[in-house]
Amino acid sequence: MSRVQLIFLQILVAIVAVALWYALATYPMFGTILLPPFFFSNPVDVAAQIVTWFISGVIWKHLWVTLWESILAFLIGSVSGVLVGFWFARQPRVAAVFDPYVKMINALPRVVLAPIFTLWLGLGIWSKVALGVTLVFFIVFFNVYQGVKEVSPTVLANARMLGMSERQLMRHVYWPSALSWMFSSLHTSVGFAVVGAVVGEYLGAAAGLGYLIQQAEGVFDVAGVFAGMFVLAAFVIVIDAVVSMIEKRLLVWRPQTGEARL
Amino acid sequence: MGSGTDISTTAAVALTGVDVAFRLASGGAYTAVERTTLTVADGEFVAIVGPTGCGKSTLLNIAAGLLSPAAGRVDIFGSSLVALNRQAGYLFQADALFPWKTALENVAIGLETARTRQSEARARAKAWLIRVGLGAFGDRYPHMLSGGQRKRVGLAQVLIRDPKILLMDEPFGPLDAQTRQIMGNLLLDLWTADRKAVLFVTHDLEEAIALSDRVVIMSAGPAAHVIGDWRVPLPRPRDISEVKLDPAFHELHRDIWHMLKAEVIKGYAQTEGG
Repeated sequence: MSRVQLIFLQILVAIVAVALWYALATYPMFGTILLPPFFFSNPVDVAAQIVTWFISGVIWKHLWVTLWESILAFLIGSVSGVLVGFWFARQPRVAAVFDPYVKMINALPRVVLAPIFTLWLGLGIWSKVALGVTLVFFIVFFNVYQGVKEVSPTVLANARMLGMSERQLMRHVYWPSALSWMFSSLHTSVGFAVVGAVVGEYLGAAAGLGYLIQQAEGVFDVAGVFAGMFVLAAFVIVIDAVVSMIEKRLLVWRPQTGEARL
Repeated sequence: MGSGTDISTTAAVALTGVDVAFRLASGGAYTAVERTTLTVADGEFVAIVGPTGCGKSTLLNIAAGLLSPAAGRVDIFGSSLVALNRQAGYLFQADALFPWKTALENVAIGLETARTRQSEARARAKAWLIRVGLGAFGDRYPHMLSGGQRKRVGLAQVLIRDPKILLMDEPFGPLDAQTRQIMGNLLLDLWTADRKAVLFVTHDLEEAIALSDRVVIMSAGPAAHVIGDWRVPLPRPRDISEVKLDPAFHELHRDIWHMLKAEVIKGYAQTEGG
């Protein structure tokens, strides 16, 4: 399938879906409207809501807050994940002692922490950042831990034979290996940073996309809820594209999946 | 047969009565190598040949200092080896290049660890890449190179440090026949320039005879030991494809193979039994 064809078909799916939505929400079939506008709104109202948000500029503040929360959650979660992952991998005893607690906290559905964070850190951005950090940290932590542990023994022996000191091993072997594992989970961890921010806002906030959706829901403004969801989806797609670009630059040394290897 | 060199104190590598044992998961120990004595004189090219799983690689790891023997002693140029063998370069069987470094960086790293300035290390790495025929491939990452090209980079990575001893563990094992021959000739060319002591492990008897000054045969494991030590009377410089046409080559091959065959069969019987 050529690229043009693919894009055409992809757009076609969107057009058909929106057209169906519009038709079923507007015209009665067999005497009833299958998608009652009260519950499903309709594409025109949703589009109008989105346009209003952007024209009045209200949306920018919310987007900015969510973006900022996601970035902070990602940065703090990643840095601490890398440090702790490295530490545990190099100190098997420490890892063994903390192992049950790490598993316990990771098994906990993070949503239940949201009220506590709100209590501790208030309704501002930091309670959302904290929620995002608890999600991002574990992904990065497990990947870095794995990355350091699973350095090929041959590569390690080779590094030793080439005269590397412990510090040089860190810099030339463990560090790149751990980073490559971390970057391979970049999409997931960035995604979770956004999830943490939005869920946090939804559960109690003064600004952000999650707050916007929650507000609309509170007054049965279904068009507002759908509009919020569409803006959020677009937001995530843009962030994901940026991550893909960064990934491509950082991991040039890695074979593309599916590429023939000898 | 039995033309073992006399043990001189200046031997590049001297293993004396070496035992190697591995602890098994089920408890108990597996003796991989038993009472093995082997010397490599300075400037000598020695090949170790033996059936699969006979502990050839284990001996290399002992000589490299990556593994310490359960009994016996290891001397490098007359002094006892206690930690890593700093005078040895090791070409591994599996891929050992750093996948996150380009070919040039992979070659240069061996100098950078020894505190050579980066610019100088890079320049010398470039010269080495040209010597192994990869002058135009410096900015490629290992996954972009073929198996043979990766081995060339590995060879340059080891040789740039100018080790006095070269340990090679079936380095050309995974390559196709033609590439092996080309790599063998490349190795001989590079070796002729400054005759390092080489300990070369292979399971390919032809390759062993074509390359080396001495061929050492090991018995099938467990408790493998040296059972034969043959001098290779072929003149140097050699070309691998030509030397294989020499009648002396065939004679030697026949004699050694006669002994090796029995061990290979024993080796198979053990792997099937265990």
